[in-house]
Amino acid sequence: MKRNRLLNFVGKQAAKLIILIVVISMVAFFLVAVSPIDPVQMNTGQAAYANMSLEKRAQLEEYWGVNTPVVEKYTNWAKDIIHGDWGTSLRFNQPVLSVIAERFTNSLLLMIVAWLFSGVFGLLLGIAAGVYRGKLVDKIIKGYALTLASTPTFWLGLLMLMIFAVWLSWFPFGFSTPIGVSAAEATLGQRLYHLILPALTLSIIGVANIALHTREKVIDIMESDFYLFALARGESRGEALRHHCLRNLLLPAMTLQFASISEIFGGSVLVEQVFSYPGLGQAAVSAGIGGDAALLVAIAIISACFVFCGNLIANILYGVVDPRIRRGHGLG
Amino acid sequence: MTCLTKKHILEIENLSVSFLQYDKGMRQRSLQVITNLSVSVHEGEIVAVVGASGSGKSLLAHAVLGLLPANADVSGTLRFEGKPLTAASIAALRGKGITLVPQSIAYLDPLLKAGKAVRKNKRDAGARKKQRELFAHFQLDPATENLYPFELSGGMARRVLLAAALMDDPRLIIADEPTPGLDLELAKKALADFRAFADQGNGVLLITHDIELALSVADRIAVFYAGTTVEEAPVIDFEAETTLRHPYTKALWRALPENGFAALPGNQPYVKAMPKGCPFGPRCSLFSPSCEGEIPLKTIRCGTVRCIKATGSVEV
Repeated sequence: MKRNRLLNFVGKQAAKLIILIVVISMVAFFLVAVSPIDPVQMNTGQAAYANMSLEKRAQLEEYWGVNTPVVEKYTNWAKDIIHGDWGTSLRFNQPVLSVIAERFTNSLLLMIVAWLFSGVFGLLLGIAAGVYRGKLVDKIIKGYALTLASTPTFWLGLLMLMIFAVWLSWFPFGFSTPIGVSAAEATLGQRLYHLILPALTLSIIGVANIALHTREKVIDIMESDFYLFALARGESRGEALRHHCLRNLLLPAMTLQFASISEIFGGSVLVEQVFSYPGLGQAAVSAGIGGDAALLVAIAIISACFVFCGNLIANILYGVVDPRIRRGHGLG
Repeated sequence: MTCLTKKHILEIENLSVSFLQYDKGMRQRSLQVITNLSVSVHEGEIVAVVGASGSGKSLLAHAVLGLLPANADVSGTLRFEGKPLTAASIAALRGKGITLVPQSIAYLDPLLKAGKAVRKNKRDAGARKKQRELFAHFQLDPATENLYPFELSGGMARRVLLAAALMDDPRLIIADEPTPGLDLELAKKALADFRAFADQGNGVLLITHDIELALSVADRIAVFYAGTTVEEAPVIDFEAETTLRHPYTKALWRALPENGFAALPGNQPYVKAMPKGCPFGPRCSLFSPSCEGEIPLKTIRCGTVRCIKATGSVEV
């Protein structure tokens, strides 16, 4: 009985993921097809394109598949992918998977740092603001969070670059390794040093969102009947908060934290662009601009899986942590 | 007949509660929700505060426990076992001397198991023993301590809340509408539990809208109307209309099924449109212009009343 339910759950989630992947790959292919960008022109450069012979141009158009209809391109791609072949990135002239593997490691580090940082600080700031609602602490945190929540990521990135990289020269102004050093040669210290500024930019935006949500939840809890009853029974404010606030905060915080994966992912595209950080987001931008359908679709699928898994983990953890789900209904 | 021979546990004198609120735009106004309320609880006594829904009765409970929100302004004198209550002494008494029995399961943390909730998260053997004794006393299965609030039935939840209130041996229980949602059997049991607690020399302040319930269990009844107590009377006075003091209490009495079921027309005044003087004036058959002045508290026999028309001679 229990086994059946588990199989059912896994089956349902897998089906959802497959449908998601199919739809996303179609949309990505379609978008590349309707894009007004001429991949040949984009990838050879203005001068080279102008001086190119017509034959050479035709050869390159053949290479980029300019004249192949989108449906045919898609079915070719789909046939290959079923056999595990992700294709070749035309822009990087490498197999798609190896481009992604390299970029993903860079991005993953950036995103994990930003994700953990924004989660922890967002939660702490949110609790502080909620507990001291209306006081100075709250006003400062709320002001900070509201300002940042309405700040565009790329603008904050530029600002950080100007202040910390250009004026103060504390951090490098871009890339994941020092100039002239390849990724393989760079030490961990060098890589972390290059990571700090983009990770900080990415997490500062995330903090705002999590802090504001946490603040609301803390206020809800402190206005709840059970919090009042705890005080009425002689628990001090500190005890009541410890006993009732953290536990009830954990569930929404978890959902928020895993849902924020998609935001961090989206933000990383902009931040990597601003900091010339060679991550997945930057690769996505150049694949899009260069008409590199195979790479763009692969990145879209990887990101979708990533976000999907984040939400799935949150759902499952809910069942583990929340007794109302665990004892009440079980999985799904 | 001698009155007030027993020791006071709780005395409330001229309690007024008002809230500072933003009216239109930035204009602040003060909303008076409780006015000159006086009620007292003696040792071994259940005192019921009876009033219609929305008359501010719950605020009375919160005021005694010092748990009103920050924008509330409280005046008047509160005394517990003869000593005046201050913010600090209320904080020290919460849970120990004075405790609350709330009205519903929403007052239990949804993510805390019943046993742990009753123990206030304490893990020591003493707390555990006490909690198990209380569960046994209320005929709760020992396994109940591992259930979450959503797994409790209405009756179990009431007993858990009662056990929670009794955990630290209070002297006074303030029970805020403890019976709605319970079937008659359970409601009777709940009241029997309060009776047993009071009979040990403690006090219960029962806040309810259910006058029949109050009459069946309380020793004295305080009638709450539009934010104040208009009359405080021994329950025996409710056996006949003539022994009651206030016109509103008499109207309540006549509204009881066994006394004619006659409803009084009109509604309680809203806090923003309170009449001058006696709040019951506009609905009172004895109304005269003098009712719009100051209405002092009078003691008639073993009860008190706020009505200038009430006299000792009402007695038959």
